[in-house]
Amino acid sequence: MAFLHRHPRLRLAALLSAPMLWLGLAYLGALAVLLVSAFWTVNGFTGEVVREFTLANFRTIVTEEVYRNVTLRSLGVAVAVTVICVVLALPMAFYMAKVARPRARHWLVIAILTPLWASYLVKAYAWRVLLANDGPIDSLFGGPGYGLFATIIVLSYLWLPYMILPIYAGLERLPDSLLEASADLGARAGRTFRGVVLPILVPSIFAGSIFTFSLSLGDYITVQIVGGKTQLLGNLVYANVGAANNLPFAAAIATIPVIIMVVYLAAVRRSGALEEL
Amino acid sequence: MKTPAIALSGLRKTFGAVEAVAGIDLEIADGEFFSMLGPSGSGKTTVLRLIAGFELPTAGTVALSGRDVTRLAPFERDVNTVFQDYALFPHLSVIENVEYGLKVRRVGRRERRQRGEEALETVRLKGFGSRKPSAMSGGQRQRVALARALVNRPRVLLLDEPLGALDLKLREQMQVELKQIQRDVGITFVFVTHDQDEALTMSDRVAVFDAGRIAQVGTPEQVYERPATPFVAGFVGTSNLLTGDAAQTLTGRRGAFSVRPEKITIGDEGAPGTVAEVIYAGPVTRFVVDLDAGARMVVVEQNRRTGTAALGEMRGRRVRLTWHQEHVIEIGADRAA
Repeated sequence: MAFLHRHPRLRLAALLSAPMLWLGLAYLGALAVLLVSAFWTVNGFTGEVVREFTLANFRTIVTEEVYRNVTLRSLGVAVAVTVICVVLALPMAFYMAKVARPRARHWLVIAILTPLWASYLVKAYAWRVLLANDGPIDSLFGGPGYGLFATIIVLSYLWLPYMILPIYAGLERLPDSLLEASADLGARAGRTFRGVVLPILVPSIFAGSIFTFSLSLGDYITVQIVGGKTQLLGNLVYANVGAANNLPFAAAIATIPVIIMVVYLAAVRRSGALEEL
Repeated sequence: MKTPAIALSGLRKTFGAVEAVAGIDLEIADGEFFSMLGPSGSGKTTVLRLIAGFELPTAGTVALSGRDVTRLAPFERDVNTVFQDYALFPHLSVIENVEYGLKVRRVGRRERRQRGEEALETVRLKGFGSRKPSAMSGGQRQRVALARALVNRPRVLLLDEPLGALDLKLREQMQVELKQIQRDVGITFVFVTHDQDEALTMSDRVAVFDAGRIAQVGTPEQVYERPATPFVAGFVGTSNLLTGDAAQTLTGRRGAFSVRPEKITIGDEGAPGTVAEVIYAGPVTRFVVDLDAGARMVVVEQNRRTGTAALGEMRGRRVRLTWHQEHVIEIGADRAA
């Protein structure tokens, strides 16, 4: 042990080699393979992958309208889900962190976390039952039935905890005295919320939005279960991996959400929100 | 009589089974520097929060300049608070922090900036406006908090242990500055502290809190020289308490009496005793003397001539203590006891 103590670099290497190997091979390696294979094609007759560099896949994606529409639709779903989650999470997290008694707060956190233990599929199918023709929601509101709207509702439900938790954590760190100081200086509740709470919570909201946005952007199961005929980027990837057996084209489509997320993260970074996380 | 700036009557506040404030009647005059002194948990901060409106009283009323504000929200009261942790908004610059109250009250941009700069000048932070609070020291943050409150020109400024987080030197400097600012702006200061030196040096009047009640209200001199209860005598400064047989022997009367350490001299005549402890403290030395009559007395002497070598030899010596009869103060019983 004394040997390691005298060689801090060696100690660091021993500590980090396993996680770095995992990150390097499993994580970045897979991403690299994805990117490389996006530039390959499939032989139309044999179905074999042709390992030659070509921009053909990307040319198809950019020129054909269906892919542009699906991309915009997926982006719209991701934005809508994120906005709905923020709107729902803010008051819930505020109640949990600032209003509820410590005992109740404890139970509320558990209540937020427990749905995460249940299988994603079970929850999605539960919503399928809820949204079915003549199901509870249909007979109450006369709609909306399966489709884009249903997809947005179910995704919002699924990812809501990922938005509540960072906002809750952010609010817990916000001292009560800041709220009192704002009231003391003449601000009513709404003004305090806009002037003090919301600006301080921006990093937390961004943190939550990274989850809700990326998870919505990549989802294809919920859409299959409650989306009716709606297609999102995930469905196109799935169809090309399975039915069409065109792995390179699937990889090319899969780079779209990657690019969108990189652009989004860069924008978040520019806003300075990541530094305060 | 003029309408008091603050009038509390029958004020009570309970948190569950705990009675934090147990019936307070108090009037604070306009322009007064008023301190609320007491140990932690004595209810002084709760009274401050009741005046500010952060808590609603269980019973009793709060009136500001004759207007009953008991049920009003903090933003409806003409008071401002300097918080113990300063509570500066971390996402706003110093000048934006100071201007916050004016902005909320829709004061025009130019007037806002001018008054903000003036307030920063008052607390000697001119030119610091564009900094973030996180880039400032504790003492500077304290001043920003003060400027942020003063800029609104409230009738009453409430200060909740504002110097608690500062080191001794800075604290003493801020004590002088606060007093000066209070004299300049001429508004009522209500200052909560557990530091008796702070309360005595800065205030026009002091209220000593004990277990949710006010044990005594008076000028610093009254509170120090004429403590009303054993608690006040013990909490404000060091006090030698004489009770029972010792009181009978030394004063010739029954009851409870207090003698301040600096009023006692060690000499050739008076009550005999033995020096139990000698504590050298720079400008003064404290002697702990066990009197034969059965009381332990603390005596403070200025170190005019004494050298440390001579002090060490004092331990165990037989000495005699004298004091003037007028410095023996008869004190009542603790109400809370």
